[in-house]
Amino acid sequence: MKRTRQKETKNLILTGVGGQGNVMASRTLAGMLVDAGYIVTIGETFGMSQRGGSVMSHLRISPDSVKSPQIPRGEADVIVALEPLEALRVLTVYGNPQVCVLSNARPAYPIGVITGELSYPSGENIQVAFQRLSKAFWIIDATSAALALGNPVLSNIVMIGALAKTGLLPIDRRMFEKEIKKTLAADKCAVNLKAYDAGGGMIK
Amino acid sequence: MTKLLSPAKSKVLFLGNEAIARGALEAGVSVATGYPGTPSSEVIESLAHVASERNLYVEWSVNEKVALEVAAAASFAGLRSMAVMKQNGVNVASDFLLHLTASGTRGGLVLVSCEDPGALSSVNEGESRYFARMLEMPLLEPSDFQEAKDLTKWAFELSEQIGNVVMLRSVTRMSHASGNVICGKLPVKSRKAHFEYDGSVMDSSRGPMISTPVVAKHLLHQEKLKDIEALFEKSPFNRYVGPGKPELLIITSSACFLYAEEAVEMLGLQKRVGILKLGTTWPLPPKLLEKHLRKTKKILIVEEVLPFLEENVKVLAASLVSRIGINTFYGKYDEMLPSAGELNPDIVAAALCHILKVKRKTLPANYLNDSQKAAALIPVREQTFCAGCPHRASFWNIHNAIALDGRKGFVCGDIGCYSMAALSPATGYHTMPTLHSMGSGTGLASGFAKLAQFGLDQPILTVCGDSTFYHAVIPALINAQHNRADITFIVLDNAGTAMTGFQPHPGLAISAMKEVVPAVDIAAICSAIGAKVAVSDPFDLETTGKILTSFLADKGLLKVLILRQACALSPEKKGKKIFDVKVNESLCLGDACGCNRLCTRVFRCPALTWDRTTKKAVVDEVICAGCGVCVSICPQKAIIKL
Ligand code: SF4
Ligand code: SF4
Repeated sequence: MKRTRQKETKNLILTGVGGQGNVMASRTLAGMLVDAGYIVTIGETFGMSQRGGSVMSHLRISPDSVKSPQIPRGEADVIVALEPLEALRVLTVYGNPQVCVLSNARPAYPIGVITGELSYPSGENIQVAFQRLSKAFWIIDATSAALALGNPVLSNIVMIGALAKTGLLPIDRRMFEKEIKKTLAADKCAVNLKAYDAGGGMIK
Repeated sequence: MTKLLSPAKSKVLFLGNEAIARGALEAGVSVATGYPGTPSSEVIESLAHVASERNLYVEWSVNEKVALEVAAAASFAGLRSMAVMKQNGVNVASDFLLHLTASGTRGGLVLVSCEDPGALSSVNEGESRYFARMLEMPLLEPSDFQEAKDLTKWAFELSEQIGNVVMLRSVTRMSHASGNVICGKLPVKSRKAHFEYDGSVMDSSRGPMISTPVVAKHLLHQEKLKDIEALFEKSPFNRYVGPGKPELLIITSSACFLYAEEAVEMLGLQKRVGILKLGTTWPLPPKLLEKHLRKTKKILIVEEVLPFLEENVKVLAASLVSRIGINTFYGKYDEMLPSAGELNPDIVAAALCHILKVKRKTLPANYLNDSQKAAALIPVREQTFCAGCPHRASFWNIHNAIALDGRKGFVCGDIGCYSMAALSPATGYHTMPTLHSMGSGTGLASGFAKLAQFGLDQPILTVCGDSTFYHAVIPALINAQHNRADITFIVLDNAGTAMTGFQPHPGLAISAMKEVVPAVDIAAICSAIGAKVAVSDPFDLETTGKILTSFLADKGLLKVLILRQACALSPEKKGKKIFDVKVNESLCLGDACGCNRLCTRVFRCPALTWDRTTKKAVVDEVICAGCGVCVSICPQKAIIKL
């Protein structure tokens, strides 16, 4: 896919549940984009991210300036979710008719759902909401792909690979490879690249 | 090479806290200390990584007061040093800080306070900016990542110029946000330490470092602050953006500047609203403020959390009124902006719409309608102990022992992951009704235990984490022992400062710089003060339960139970399961079981879920940490270790 340089600020929200590798994914994406010459601002709250709460990273990808680390309501361009309920949560606050959503299919149940006090929306209801509230959406089973590669935490990389394939961001495989080589050992890089490719393969 | 040591001119993506660390390195810092606390921890962590390469001494101190003392010693010996903490840490350090500002410093000494408006990861949204005014320290506040680095570097120079501490304040949205930074040069030479003390008492560079004669030294300090004020008048960190004659002037600092900028842009108000962004927020530069206050009659002050800037600007404006006339101020006092919690671009935009009578574009009505409908489907996601967390097992034990005892005992809480036991009562099985500052659980327990004289007959328990024990619990524990307080004191020892990311503490044989150091044993300290001490594994429900029950029955003395089990996310455990656990479907009686779904409804491990079709419990293999505790709680023995 050919990358064209974007002229306006793109707002991306990466969301999931604590422990899913949200922070790693947002830093990897941001690192790739900084290398490509963009001014990237990431807003994160990871203080409580270990303990199963909702987590969110706001990425502002601008050709020229630092942006607020919090995206205004209704102003997301892209939502990437490691968990479908979290996609919906973010969509109902930051969504608009132009937003695109890429979501993992596998639910992680909130404790209130486990205890039976609350209920988790059905897959069908989630799809209908995505349909009504976004311009385009993809739901992929990233966790299964990651499990097939031996580690569920790779689902975040599967999502990055899928995101690249959607063409919503000016990123590609070469940029990804360069970025992970900075932080990961060689053996880890190989499986991460496999996860990336698996993600790409899931976007038709 | 680590990113933190990138060569000059390189453009890197830094976390706000990394930018602060880089600024300190560029200033030639030699000693950096701190106590872990979100959102401050990454400053010390990243410096510890490069300690040997840069010849630094980096320390996780026992608490914030000691951290500041260790840093001050380096300053007295002529080195540049820094102490880093979260907002409430400044309270802990404040007694020494009061005396330190009175004695003055030598090598540049910077106090970094990373604060948490909105309490995103705190149990308070305390402010330390008032300390700057109260103790007369220059205060700097970065509003982007480049500034976080540059202001930190400058803070060291300022500190040497004034011979006193300079405070740098960041917030979560700065410290834990990331952005592009262009690196400067790293110095080649490092300083040699020597402490000079033979000069006269008024000789700040050669005399003793003491606060007396108090009044004379105080006056001298205030004189130097005047020089700082003059420097602030010309500082490039104070900037105005906007038209020459704006209708409304926003005065702001820190991350709030980015919110204000975004709000103005969003509403297309660039021609009507000007923004004065201050990087130096105390003392305020009066001439600069006068110049901008003259521009318009309407002023909006945007800041988090308390109206610190607002008050100081208003005091200044009052003294200038004969020259600038009367202004209308909007901010916290008139409730134009919320007086608690963090701000964001939406909140600032709403205030602008109100003041300037403009409307923000809204989404189509049918979209909003659909969005609301979808929102109604979303269950909240409560924070809870991780799957396999030793605290869940500990509180399960505590809850059962209290219930068995039957006298309505309770736990005085403390600060750490285990605070969640109070924040979400179900997570601590409704056992922990108090939660305040670090070490306060033990102090409160010590007090409750003395109320028997007035009729209180409930057993008193208290918990603290291993790191908290060293930080602030020891004095309270000695108080309890000395005053014969009957309490059951439980140390939730999970082998590190789990909440903030496993920084080492005095109980471990490793330092921030990964050196081998003597470990200070909690059990030995408790025995030495004369308490009755037992150690157990919280995952061993039977043994732990027995000890707790006997402790509650054993009246009139201080009992200590140390529950040892590493955090589920600790580097040595993460991703490894002790047991493979599953539910034997033929044994689980499901809805028909008399336990009334004890495992999922009451125990609440996030990995143990309820299958609504089979109506039986099921273990989620992706989330389960394999601690095996659920195996012991099922009365049917339906949960099995493979
Ligand atoms: S073994 Fe049981 S209690 Fe432990 S993490 Fe797994 S499901 Fe939870
Ligand atoms: S991080 Fe560790 S101590 Fe904290 S809740 Fe998770 S398992 Fe428990």
